[in-house]
Amino acid sequence: MTRKQRRLALISTSMAVLVVAAALVLSALRDSIVFFNSPTDVAEKRLAPGARVRIGGLVKPGSLQRDANLLVRFAVTDGKTEITVRYQGIVPDLFREGQGVVAEGKLDGDGIFVADTVLAKHDERYMPREVVDALKKSGHWQEDQQKNSGNVTK
Amino acid sequence: MIPELGHFSLVLALALGIVQSIVPIIGVRKRDAVLMQLPNSTAIVQLVFVLASFSALTTCYVTSDFSVATVYENSHSMMPLLYKFTSVWGNHEGSMLLWVLILSLFGALVAIFGSNLPVPLKSLVLSVQSWIACSFYLFILLTSNPFLRLVPAPFEGRDLNPILQDIGLAVHPPLLYLGYVGFSIAFSFAVAALIEGRIDGAWARWVRPWILAAWMSLTVGIAMGSYWAYYELGWGGFWFWDPVENASLMPWLAGTALLHSAVVMEKRDALKIWTLLLAIVTFSLSLIGTFLVRSGVLTSVHTFANDPARGIFILAILVLFIGGGLALFAWRASSIKQGGLFAPISREGALVFNNLFLTTACLTVFVGTLYPLALEALTGEKISVGPPFFNLTFGPLFVPLLFALPFGPLLAWKRGDILGVAQRLMVAFGVSLAAIAVVAAAVNGRSVLALFGIGLAAFVMAGALTDIAERVGLFRVPLSVVRQRAAGLPRSAWGTGLAHFGVAVTLLGIVCAGTWASERIAEIKPSQTVSLSGFDLSFDGLAQHAGPNYRELTAKFTVRQSGVRLATLEPAKRSFASRGTTTTEAALLTHGFSQLYLSLGDVNNDGSVAVRFYFKPMVLLIWIGAIMMMLGGGLSLSDRRLRVGAPKPAARPAAQLAE
Repeated sequence: MTRKQRRLALISTSMAVLVVAAALVLSALRDSIVFFNSPTDVAEKRLAPGARVRIGGLVKPGSLQRDANLLVRFAVTDGKTEITVRYQGIVPDLFREGQGVVAEGKLDGDGIFVADTVLAKHDERYMPREVVDALKKSGHWQEDQQKNSGNVTK
Repeated sequence: MIPELGHFSLVLALALGIVQSIVPIIGVRKRDAVLMQLPNSTAIVQLVFVLASFSALTTCYVTSDFSVATVYENSHSMMPLLYKFTSVWGNHEGSMLLWVLILSLFGALVAIFGSNLPVPLKSLVLSVQSWIACSFYLFILLTSNPFLRLVPAPFEGRDLNPILQDIGLAVHPPLLYLGYVGFSIAFSFAVAALIEGRIDGAWARWVRPWILAAWMSLTVGIAMGSYWAYYELGWGGFWFWDPVENASLMPWLAGTALLHSAVVMEKRDALKIWTLLLAIVTFSLSLIGTFLVRSGVLTSVHTFANDPARGIFILAILVLFIGGGLALFAWRASSIKQGGLFAPISREGALVFNNLFLTTACLTVFVGTLYPLALEALTGEKISVGPPFFNLTFGPLFVPLLFALPFGPLLAWKRGDILGVAQRLMVAFGVSLAAIAVVAAAVNGRSVLALFGIGLAAFVMAGALTDIAERVGLFRVPLSVVRQRAAGLPRSAWGTGLAHFGVAVTLLGIVCAGTWASERIAEIKPSQTVSLSGFDLSFDGLAQHAGPNYRELTAKFTVRQSGVRLATLEPAKRSFASRGTTTTEAALLTHGFSQLYLSLGDVNNDGSVAVRFYFKPMVLLIWIGAIMMMLGGGLSLSDRRLRVGAPKPAARPAAQLAE
């Protein structure tokens, strides 16, 4: 093979690998990304039950219910709308009423959000950014929260 | 007084850095030997100043000087001494100071150990190194000064984030930074080579030890971080495809590619332009990693601060070095002569294959990590790209890479014989099939994918052994000759074998722990028992302890296997009053390479506790494999050929000086 042919072979192989990778990326992006919604978004968009989404907001004070078998129910609110979340398992250490939370899962037929993952903040000064944005959007963001969430830790 | 001294020495380091950034360039242009020698001493003095600054900050932490703002924010007088040390870099400001400390350390090391480098190349390298240093000194001094005072000084600090009060995290950032920053040397060498417009196999030989050292640190750093997440976050997962983890994985992938392409360049004088590009890209990804983690664009445990000024400053550094590096590459790469020829089926070809798949895999991680950011910036839509994406893209790309791995070292340089190699790998292939058969017979709940993974791991392991066996002539020549040959085999060959074996060990750990892990979440009352994978776990009761800066609630469990008592496990919850925070301390029982993992959930008023109980088969192999890779790198690094075999600059620079 001449130098030119070799280079051509190399370039075409690389292109082939890149095309395969691009195809993988595009198909994976179509199937496995999860959209984030505030409770208001969920209500407004009339999300179809069964679609996988993330929701975020504050755990509504007084809404937390613990049942047998580690079943937890609570309401997530952005100040405007609230949505009931059901979760079976162990909630994170810093999961508390009145605090920010992000849950991932699906809506069931009755409008209850069945979560399989619940994430809370990592320390008392930190609020998930999605929650901050959701609260800002619904106008329930207070500047003192801003101060507290500014400093996030590793 | 001490913080001011620390601040002042950092300013001195900056002043010296500016001199070192400019003077060597003039020296090289004017061929002035004195000016070109200058960075040899300034690089060392810079290290001394940064070290003084870092020591000053450390002193403030150790003596709990809460008049310093960062100490107040991140330390507590009751904290154990070890964590007072480690909280120096457990925050944004301090970690950036650690970054420049390591950067100046590498600069000084080049100045000291680079005596066999041609003088102009060395002084250009140190000059470029100093550009990077100066931009980070400025960043620290202008936006993240760790020495700012508080008036009046508070009596007590706010404590280090409790999840960081852990030995695993104490060593994780320095190792990671050694890796990130180590690649800056490769970048500086690449930029220097582009400025000079001259590059050859010797260049690769000089830069390879630095790439190896950086790669080793990064490998262990990532493994350390993964083990930390595994036992500290209480979920029992070892890799979350979290953007911050990806930020460290990307430079690792590019760095691994660079490591291999530099071999081709050293041995065969080929792939020169590609290696230069990879060197620039690898360090760029290290910078992007720093940027992603530090600027607060990502929501993660690692994000220290959401100060926009810092984000913009880091972005400017990013644009300057990545943009500048790539622009210089585009402008000067054509001036570099084409390298040697090789057939597609050859050792070089195999390494190109390696590079192709590693960089493509890196690209998919890059897309998955940055796509959510881009989408949000463009449309405001918030998405998260989770593990399924990476499993679907990264996984398929790694399969051909791993399958080809045993072939590479067995192929000859220049023109290889693929059929001959395949023949020599027949045994390895047999081993792989046998492993699949054994596992399929022994384990129920078999999954085709897992069996394939086992087979692949066995193939790579046997392939690595085949390579060594072929080299020493095992089974072909008498044993005494084998011993002789083994002693004569260069350490880099052993290193390659060990590192490749380590890759397979990690793969085996991931496949086993991923497929056959069992999990049980239960609420359990005292004296009750739960069972999982043949282990019986009985709950004996709760106990309270007081730690130095926390209160601890420990649950005592006894583990039995078929009635025989194995151990007592004591998972705990620690509450840190200073931060109003709780951490979960998982209890681990190592059983061969497998682990029992027990973490505590909520404690109820009736004395029952929620527990997460995992059995993770072969999970330790994941990190043992990473350590093997690191040791393999270490063996290669200790190879005499790498250290002293580099041709002495001899008359060449002198001749140039005389021009």
